[in-house]
Amino acid sequence: MDQPVNPADIHKAIVEQQKIQDRKKLMVNGVLLLLLLAAPFVMYPVFLMKILCFALFAVAFNLLFGFTGLLSFGHAAFLASGGYTTGYLLSNFSGLTTEMGIIAGTATATLLGLAFALLSIRRQGIYFAMVTLALAQLVFFFFVQSEFTGGEDGMHGIPRGELFGLINLEDNLNMYYFVLVVFIACYLLVQRIVSSPYGQILKAIKQNEPRAVSLGYNVDRYKILAFVISAALAGLAGSMKSVVFQLASLNDAHWHMSGEVILMTLVGGMGTLLGPVVGATFVVNIEYQLSQGPLRDWVDPILGGIFVLTVLAFRSGIVGELQKFMRKNLG
Amino acid sequence: MTMIFGVPLAVLSGQLLIGIINGAFYALLSLGLAVIFGLLKIINFAHGAMYMLGALVTVVLFDLLGVNYWVALFVAPVLVGAFGMLIEYFLLRRIAGQDHIYSLLLTFGVALIIQGVLTNIYGVSGLRYSMPDMFKGGINLGFMFLPYYRAWVIVVALLVCFGTWFIIEKTKLGSYLRAGTEDSQLMQGFGINVPLLVSLTYGFGVMLAAFAGVLAAPIYSVTPVMGSNILIVVFAVVVIGGMGSIGGAIITGILMGVIEGLTKTFYPPASSAVIFLVMVLVLMIRPTGLFGKEA
Repeated sequence: MDQPVNPADIHKAIVEQQKIQDRKKLMVNGVLLLLLLAAPFVMYPVFLMKILCFALFAVAFNLLFGFTGLLSFGHAAFLASGGYTTGYLLSNFSGLTTEMGIIAGTATATLLGLAFALLSIRRQGIYFAMVTLALAQLVFFFFVQSEFTGGEDGMHGIPRGELFGLINLEDNLNMYYFVLVVFIACYLLVQRIVSSPYGQILKAIKQNEPRAVSLGYNVDRYKILAFVISAALAGLAGSMKSVVFQLASLNDAHWHMSGEVILMTLVGGMGTLLGPVVGATFVVNIEYQLSQGPLRDWVDPILGGIFVLTVLAFRSGIVGELQKFMRKNLG
Repeated sequence: MTMIFGVPLAVLSGQLLIGIINGAFYALLSLGLAVIFGLLKIINFAHGAMYMLGALVTVVLFDLLGVNYWVALFVAPVLVGAFGMLIEYFLLRRIAGQDHIYSLLLTFGVALIIQGVLTNIYGVSGLRYSMPDMFKGGINLGFMFLPYYRAWVIVVALLVCFGTWFIIEKTKLGSYLRAGTEDSQLMQGFGINVPLLVSLTYGFGVMLAAFAGVLAAPIYSVTPVMGSNILIVVFAVVVIGGMGSIGGAIITGILMGVIEGLTKTFYPPASSAVIFLVMVLVLMIRPTGLFGKEA
């Protein structure tokens, strides 16, 4: 026998449910944060920082690919331009504090991102991918030819310097917590962007662009902004990376790097917030583990195999598949 | 000595020749990409790897079995084309109908695998392949020296390009191909085996790449990574020419080779970047490319 249902009760139940969900999320995030804070005491901080830098790079890329549906095959250009700018400034102007170098690197990548966006935004899908790839190659050749990058040798011995002129970053722990703070801030920023009305419009563009146009949105402007934010964050990742490793090299500008960030995002789960972080952790670890063992020469083909497998079999990536699994089995 | 804009004529024409030869390779490769893209809507990121395979198979066949150049010119593309059809059948077919981006990512993975495995076997230092005796030497044109082999490359590449264009645009088979991609269900209703047609088209595009590889074997250094960098240039050529335009790919390919050669003569540092610069300019003025139709 059906009881008459009071709408207020349903509402209450939903709110209750939401609260439980929120609490769960808060707990998960809290645990993750504790782990990240404790990690450098268990693992080598430089390795952790490498993961964080690539995770930020992948998060930046995912904002564009996963949430807006634009596949950029040229993100290496932003990583490298951020890294080179920061490296050049910190190496040559000793008066600069580290954060100013990083800000300048990020700014360079942002401007470059704007230029890329203006040139490529009218194209869609794979055309877009190819245009961004070719533009990034142009940047690559610029770096190859330029004196200040050190060409094939790369830029070595970039001083880590002092943060705000106060905190000595030569110390790995200090450096780690600085990178961690920047990473978390960027992650929260992307989370905020994605859940904002602006983020909803980006998702709408991804799902059905003509519809978004017919609703009166100036789609190009939204896409350009997403591209620029993504480029800026990628540049920030590159800037930090060059400070952490005290090195900026052509590797970061090569198109293989653009492919690698796609792999990270895809493996982790594109269009999810945590996916790129998981993917970057996974890929950096695999590369490291392989390079230590007997398979050290087989890194590329193995990554290629992971690529093929991901595209064929589990396109939603690690996080996406986990979410599906939980929804199915745990309600 | 005759000078043109402060450059000796012999140097200029030499660079022009190299430009035309590079252009012939760009044309063959971008033609294959354009065929695969135009008819199947697949961005074949493995195209550079297939080009490399063509060259490598030629060298390996010669070293192991003593297969000569002329046989390799047919056998290598057929072998590599068959390999391409296997990739189409076992991998690409599974993601047909999905977003085109996935085909790009899948073939990118395939290229990484092929290149990585072969790098482990053959290293990156480059394999030696000597050109057939009849091509040794050349002819003195008065203002420049034209090696026979380079002349042969230009002629045969142009013939193959023209033949491909003719088949696709002017013959009945070509019309089937074009119709099959327009509306595959209707074509199947007419009793045409569309999946087979798709396999063959992919195989044919790959064959063109491998053919370019065989042509390249005697003059370029044959290494497992030789396809990786030329691929990006070819992508730029395809973007400039207008995606999916068969004739556009051929003309743009040769044009870009010449422009590259000229840049090498007058301002060498920009020579590897000039094609990408042209691409940026073309995109600003004509976003659909020089010969492209759709937006």
